Amino acid sequence: MEPTCGADSNRVDGPSKEYELRLYLAGHSPKSVRAVENLRRACEEHLAGRYRIELVDLLENPQLARGDEIIAVPTLVRKLPQPVRKIIGDLSDTEKLLVGLQLRSAGGPP
Amino acid sequence: MAPSIHAPGTRPAVSSGLEKAPTGIRGFDEITGGGLPRGRASLVTGGPGAGKTLFGLEFLVRGARDFDEPGVLLAFEESAEELADDVASLGFDLAGLEAGGHLVVDACRVDATEFVTTGEFDLDGLFIRLSAAVQAVGARRVVLDTIEVLFGALDNEAVVRAEFSRLLRWLKDQGLTTLITGERGREGQLTRYGIEEYVSDCVIVLDHRMHDEIATRRLRIVKYRGSRHGTNEYPFLVTDRGLMIWPITSTQLTYPVSTDRVSLGVPRLDQMLTGGVHRGSTVLITGSAGTGKTTLAASAADAACARGEPALFVSFEESPDQLVRNMRSVGIDLGRWVGAGLLRLWGQRATAFGLESHLAGIERLLDETTPGIAVLDAVGSLTHIGAQSEVTAAVAREVDMMKSRGITGILTSLTHEDQGETSSVDASSLIDTWLLLRNVESDGERNRLLFVIKSRGTAHSNQVREFILTDRGPELLDVSVGPRGVLTGSARMTQVAEERAAEAERRGELERRQLDLARRSAEVEAQIALLREQLATETAELDRLVVEQSRGEDARAAARATLARRRQGDLPRPGREA
Repeated sequence: MEPTCGADSNRVDGPSKEYELRLYLAGHSPKSVRAVENLRRACEEHLAGRYRIELVDLLENPQLARGDEIIAVPTLVRKLPQPVRKIIGDLSDTEKLLVGLQLRSAGGPP
Repeated sequence: MAPSIHAPGTRPAVSSGLEKAPTGIRGFDEITGGGLPRGRASLVTGGPGAGKTLFGLEFLVRGARDFDEPGVLLAFEESAEELADDVASLGFDLAGLEAGGHLVVDACRVDATEFVTTGEFDLDGLFIRLSAAVQAVGARRVVLDTIEVLFGALDNEAVVRAEFSRLLRWLKDQGLTTLITGERGREGQLTRYGIEEYVSDCVIVLDHRMHDEIATRRLRIVKYRGSRHGTNEYPFLVTDRGLMIWPITSTQLTYPVSTDRVSLGVPRLDQMLTGGVHRGSTVLITGSAGTGKTTLAASAADAACARGEPALFVSFEESPDQLVRNMRSVGIDLGRWVGAGLLRLWGQRATAFGLESHLAGIERLLDETTPGIAVLDAVGSLTHIGAQSEVTAAVAREVDMMKSRGITGILTSLTHEDQGETSSVDASSLIDTWLLLRNVESDGERNRLLFVIKSRGTAHSNQVREFILTDRGPELLDVSVGPRGVLTGSARMTQVAEERAAEAERRGELERRQLDLARRSAEVEAQIALLREQLATETAELDRLVVEQSRGEDARAAARATLARRRQGDLPRPGREA
């Protein structure tokens, strides 16, 4: 688990919102590695300075899967802001990731 | 623990080489010859509310509790609390089993609205959770309820399919007996996402449909690879002790039989049945309204209590107080047996509950009171709460419950005069002794007749008897069979009186004729004597004449000789001279 903080930057949401994200993975598979890279890049680009990422490896801590009811990996859970959102997959589609995090409406860029 | 068809820990005979894991679900192990295929995956599918989850939970709970096989439940639709509430009413203590390390309930609800998928993923999260749970309790059984929601929630169906298939392989490799529930799909599809393609060993379909405004649950085994199985649709019930599937007819027919005879409380009826009915057999009393079915049944219960045997009397038509009062009026005092704790009276309108709770209630009563004799009055009332076929099946189940416990069962059923002798519940083939009560109307009276229609294993009487209710209970009387047919009631009494008068008359006539004969015989004797006397007189007269004749001849011969001597003539020629 390695919290990461980015620099101040915002475009879509108001400046006050802090993002608390948790990424569940299973070992160091290519999917896991891709998911971490994709998430970091997107956060730096869109949430710089107001996000925290926690990485959870289920192979090491299987009991943690029950808390957030994790079935698929990788799964990104947006703990804050409420409500909780879950994004499944290696996050390769940045558009969909942003929609999932509600950084962008489903209709496309504003 | 609730009694199951097979005693816990024992497995019924397996017909094939396939090893089976008993479910403990009453009736299910019977129709599958032992349960679900061990170490393989089975699918149970059905519409909403068909009882899939209950089936799965009972499989797990009984496995953990009765067969020492811990289990894991992965619930995709309900939370652990909801599941615990669902089965608490069945007497299953999920929390207790979890605390005891026999069961893991892991709820992983998948709410499609919370999800977005982007890019590649797999279901390792599920695998990790499942394997952790299996290891935690050393599970032998797994239930996935209802895994199909994953197909709907995760929009990459190809990945879900591949992962599902990998999951099944993994479960099989682990030797886990798995039950997967599925939602029935449209247009005859067994499941919404076709998962029956992956589960090839055993497929069970549950159905909950309305028929004649009555909800009925049915179970069918569509497929059971490598095993013989019943192919019928079997009605099943959700009772307060779990599911209960009942074979349409008793498949086993392995009841313990007894040669003991049990009195029905009417001495002459017992005589007609050569000493009563066999203990543990089932008696059906049919008859139209007011023929005395309930009274006859009550008399049997009374006789059982008098022997010191506990009895159960279930009435669907009268309250216990009403029954006691009514029976007292015909000299059967049920109240004292209730007071002595020998008789359990149970009154409940058949329409108050459905067939399911009805059967469950009966079974519970049988287990609680362990009676020697049980009366169900009247099973025909059940037709108000179930379609004909279901009621017949329910009655069959009741007969089965009583026989398997060695309880002598007495069922009454209403028939209608115009329907002849058919019972409204077509159970006649299931029962051992069938008594028919019939009203006969003549001379402005209704009287009752009793027939023994059949009695298995008994050289029963073929006679019709008049059945009367006295203030000392029911009694049987001979009927008068005369030129005017079978007579009962006052017609019988009239007939008897007439017969007596005719008899007296006949006796008088005979005496008169006997006297007459004696007189005639005396007359004849007298005549014979007279004739003999005459004959004797004539004989004597004749003798006298003969003597006189010979004496005359001698005299004449002497005279002739004298004369000849005087004439000195030749010797006389006697023939001419005479």
